[in-house]
Amino acid sequence: MAYLDHAATTPLRPEVVDAMLPFLTGGHGNPSGGHRVAQRAKAALEEARERIAAVLGCAPGEVVLTSGGTEADNLAVKGAARAARDGGTGDGVVVSAIEHKAVLASAERLRTEGFRVGCAPVDPYGIVDADRLAGLLDEGTVLVSVMLVNNEVGVVQDLDTVAAVVREHAPRALLHTDAVQAAPWLDLRGAAAAAPLVSVTGHKIGGPVGTGALVVRPPATVRPEIEGGGQERGLRGGTNDVAGAVGFATALELTAARREAEGPRLEGLRDRLAAGLSALGGVERHGDPSRTVPGIWNGRVGGVESEELLFLLDAAGVQAAAGASCSSGAAEASHVLSAMGVEREAALESVRLSLGHTTTDADVDEALGAIAAAVARLREARKPVRPAS
Amino acid sequence: MSGAHGERVLVAMSGGVDSSVAAATLRDEGHDVAGVTLRLWGGESDSGCCSVSDVEDARRVAAQLGIPHHVFNLADDFEAAVVGPYVESYAAGETPNPCVECNRAIKFGRLLERAVALGFDAVATGHHARVEAGPEGRFRLLRGADAAKDQSYVLAVLGRHELARTRLPVGRMTKAEVRSRAAALGLRTAAKPESMDVCFVERGRRVEFLAGRAPGSVAPGPVVDRAGRRVGRHGGVARFTVGQRRGVGVAAGERRYVVDVDAATATVTIGDHDDLLCDSVALRSLTFVDTPPPPGARIAVQSRAHGAAAPGRLVGDRVHFDQPQVRVAPGQLVAFYDGDEVIGSGTATRA
Repeated sequence: MAYLDHAATTPLRPEVVDAMLPFLTGGHGNPSGGHRVAQRAKAALEEARERIAAVLGCAPGEVVLTSGGTEADNLAVKGAARAARDGGTGDGVVVSAIEHKAVLASAERLRTEGFRVGCAPVDPYGIVDADRLAGLLDEGTVLVSVMLVNNEVGVVQDLDTVAAVVREHAPRALLHTDAVQAAPWLDLRGAAAAAPLVSVTGHKIGGPVGTGALVVRPPATVRPEIEGGGQERGLRGGTNDVAGAVGFATALELTAARREAEGPRLEGLRDRLAAGLSALGGVERHGDPSRTVPGIWNGRVGGVESEELLFLLDAAGVQAAAGASCSSGAAEASHVLSAMGVEREAALESVRLSLGHTTTDADVDEALGAIAAAVARLREARKPVRPAS
Repeated sequence: MSGAHGERVLVAMSGGVDSSVAAATLRDEGHDVAGVTLRLWGGESDSGCCSVSDVEDARRVAAQLGIPHHVFNLADDFEAAVVGPYVESYAAGETPNPCVECNRAIKFGRLLERAVALGFDAVATGHHARVEAGPEGRFRLLRGADAAKDQSYVLAVLGRHELARTRLPVGRMTKAEVRSRAAALGLRTAAKPESMDVCFVERGRRVEFLAGRAPGSVAPGPVVDRAGRRVGRHGGVARFTVGQRRGVGVAAGERRYVVDVDAATATVTIGDHDDLLCDSVALRSLTFVDTPPPPGARIAVQSRAHGAAAPGRLVGDRVHFDQPQVRVAPGQLVAFYDGDEVIGSGTATRA
């Protein structure tokens, strides 16, 4: 087995499980309550929030805990845009063309509500074109969303440049960055500092699925998407998941503590993977390799449909993906590759291999062996089914 | 035929009971089975992805059976080979068989090709028909054991090369046996109702669907009688099929039927029942399971999925009926049988 789909979700770290267990088996208090059991839960929740804030580089009061990245993106995009329009600031929203569907769908929702929605193109390497972004901005732009690291190709945006463009051309706009895929690789205290709205999730860093946060720091304000008992400073109702928050905090801390060692280690493995793939011939890597996080390789394997390659890899015990995962499991031509100018046929021959904290040298060897065998078989088979007999 | 044991078989699982039992049967016979559900239709919605409950049913059944399951997105091929020709056929005043085209081009075309590329020996489906191996590497396509559920008609476009790699495990069972087998296995699809409609058109929305893609096919035109006298107006040739009685839009004392649809002039011709009768039907796209029968060979002719077969002879590209038959709507598949065995098929033309 070689699991190379860490960008979809990465295994829970054992230390995270250990940290969560006491709260799943004993600490059952509702942090909103008044008795001592509740108070203990509240204390644990707030301690977790402080730890999360420390890793993200914000104040604890700026952390809004959510059910994950998708909810954080929804809250940021819809919540900030609606709050701004309520405040009479404007009605313009601009998102990059390679955003996660959580951002794109939220922007599409805003369009149906009468917002002006612009889509900022990227260059063939996946980098947002600053000049064309500037052209989409105006005094009435209230929100700009540009993801720090793309989930499909792993390209890192220059958020400081984006922020400078936004400040100059859309002085009233808030910058949101989806840092879900950045969290495993970048120190968000600096890398995401330029954005007052930052989305993160637990399950891409060895934390539990169903945990995440939106950083909301001044001057940002958002209107809640989920209303209820006033939790999360009124920005996200619902009983807090204390065990989840503790697990998320632990995963963030472990990721940060090991980043200096893990980044180069996985970059080395990824580069070995890239070299092996390139040796197959007809392989074109997507995205700017010098601006890609260590854990992601995305490329076209010419003459091999990704659905067929992934089928054979799965049978051989190697798990990979064709871009982002979809609820049905069907492959779609990636909107990210399309935005980068990759032709549809090439997009349907593209796969993403993503590495993470459990990936070993042996995984890379196993994957390269299985990929070479599958590619050879599929290239050989690319002829009509009808035999001569 | 069930094929040799230990085959690698890719089962096209629609999420229905027949293909669920097909997968279970092959697994129980000792084959190395994988399931695949085809995503053929439905673009991305605003929210991103497709979550068809049928895919989920197929996935859950595969999990119950302990076999791998994948989804293949063949929507581009389906659009090109099935939906596009379906629209063109209606626009040309014909009545297409999209399920036949799907079998020809997708399930036993693109999917079979892919299955072979992936190292499978065969593709299986839940169709009620039988494939039997004959001498000298020949393969026969036969009606399913359940006469009421027989689906050999929609497979009558397959040839020996496809049949060599086709497994139809439920063709030797009755539908009741299929359902009881599914129930015995505890499959969630055991009591699932059958789908009877064209899968890519919402029930009762065919005209609206065609209006969006071929506006000319729903443009108004004249209704004339056999003598060419104008007797009314209609709302588009796509609304009419030869043999249809309803909706001809004329008040007449006797029953009137559509006897001809001319898309070029958007004219629908009506007549009485006798005007529908014909001695023969001309065909295009003739195809045979194996070698064509000799000219004048006696065959049974079936021109509807569940219609009775009429005796006749095949001469060139024309079928001559022993007794006059109701005209076959152009575009419909005409399947040739020798008893229970499918010989081949052609597509009815207007000529």
